[in-house]
Amino acid sequence: MDARSPKAAPRTAPAAARVPMIALYAVGLAPAAWLFYQGVNDNLGADPMRYLEQSLGLWALRFLVATLAVTPLRQLAGINLLRYRRLLGLLCFYYAALHWTTYLVLDQGLDLEAIWADLVKRPYITIGMATFLVLVPLAATSSNAAIRRLGGKAWARLHRLVYAAAIGAVLHFLLVVKSWPPEPLVYAAIVLALLGYRLGRSVLRRLAPKPEPRRRAA
Amino acid sequence: MPIRRRSDILPSEITPREIYLNRRQIIAGAAGLALASGLPATARAGSLATVKSPFSTDEKPTSLQDVTSYNNYYEFGVDKGAPAAHAHTLRTSPWTVKVDGLVARPAEFSVEDLIKGSTLEERIYRMRCVEGWSMVVPWDGFPLADLIKRVEPLGSAKYVAFETAYRPEEMPGLQSMFPVLEWPYVEGLRLDEAMHPLTILAVGLYGERLPNQNGAPIRLVVPWKYGFKGIKSIARISFVEKQPETSWNRQAPDEYGFYANVNPNVDHPRWSQKTERRIGEGGLFVKRRPTLLFNGYAEEVAQLYSGMDLRKFY
Repeated sequence: MDARSPKAAPRTAPAAARVPMIALYAVGLAPAAWLFYQGVNDNLGADPMRYLEQSLGLWALRFLVATLAVTPLRQLAGINLLRYRRLLGLLCFYYAALHWTTYLVLDQGLDLEAIWADLVKRPYITIGMATFLVLVPLAATSSNAAIRRLGGKAWARLHRLVYAAAIGAVLHFLLVVKSWPPEPLVYAAIVLALLGYRLGRSVLRRLAPKPEPRRRAA
Repeated sequence: MPIRRRSDILPSEITPREIYLNRRQIIAGAAGLALASGLPATARAGSLATVKSPFSTDEKPTSLQDVTSYNNYYEFGVDKGAPAAHAHTLRTSPWTVKVDGLVARPAEFSVEDLIKGSTLEERIYRMRCVEGWSMVVPWDGFPLADLIKRVEPLGSAKYVAFETAYRPEEMPGLQSMFPVLEWPYVEGLRLDEAMHPLTILAVGLYGERLPNQNGAPIRLVVPWKYGFKGIKSIARISFVEKQPETSWNRQAPDEYGFYANVNPNVDHPRWSQKTERRIGEGGLFVKRRPTLLFNGYAEEVAQLYSGMDLRKFY
């Protein structure tokens, strides 16, 4: 994202560009802070641990969807949010990490035996854990220094793992619920559309003949 | 008597904010409950006349607020809070329960008639949800056996089938584009399970008529089975010869068996059944507790299943 020349003219609205990133991180993490505050004050309903765990997971998925929406938005609607993609991706990772910690510590009480049993017996836990592991290298290579060290191409290839994470995340959601309630289906449909768009575009590009040099419209 | 100076009242002696807020919450909760039930608040104030039961546990009951705001009743939505939010639309009076099938005296009973026909008992039961959480609920009801005796089942009757009300216009969950289950919800018991003294039809909770979200006006409670066996808002009870269909078994037979006995040794594919979280036991940091075979009612019911492989008949 920021690997491009810093001299490239900013395409984002100038007003938005002036908002400091740290403020946006604070906004992004506000739901987590609010949930913890409500949890400590016992305002999360009858089963606060479960509420916290599910909410954190849902926020991770929302930020994942937002990250994936950046490219289609730019290509289809001309809205350039590339500047915020790292922010969205990292927020996804932070929420996934909180969700994961809640499961390990508050839900299972760090009972390693129970966690292991879940991991080997329950596909939604296996998939959820794998999804989180996939996000770790992406978060670890999110800095400008990491992009430089890897080189733009290798970095971009590595970060295609986000597609696997998206599929893992919606599968995890679909498998954890009983029956077929609408919410996970809606998220699955959105992720499918966002990934399908990319797949469709790359297939079309491969099939289409090399574009001629663009001519002015007659 | 010394005159108190202003400084005599320490800040610590003033009721802390959490406590008075909590009180308001309880009052608000009770008021909301009265509204949700569709009855005027005064009507709810009248309690049910019940007698204590030796079958009650002495474990601490879960708060009324938690019991009435956290449950599954998919006819009103799949969220745990949805039943409390939406169930007020169900009209529970008048209400009749049709009893038919292999019985000598099929009949249609009004709920009032059923209440009058039996002695109501307070039954404080443990309730274990298949999702790994539990509660302690003070139900008010009567043994299902009382009703069964009234209709005189024939010798050919081996099972009891239950069916809940099907009212799309009053049950928003039934209007959903994605039906989560095949409606109406159906459940079933073997006749000896149905006759067991622990099995009750509940019409009340905490000494008052059942709130809609908990299955008003009349529901089944089988404390040694997972909560989903306890079909809510019963409209029909049929005596049949063959094992009846049950909603969750129909939906996912490898996950939900006909028996659905609480068993820490038989895992659900998605939830370990070894432990459970007791609702309302301590906020975010509630520790899991071990789940008991037959939910702690093994002494009373284990003999119903002697010789059966509980891994196969789960």
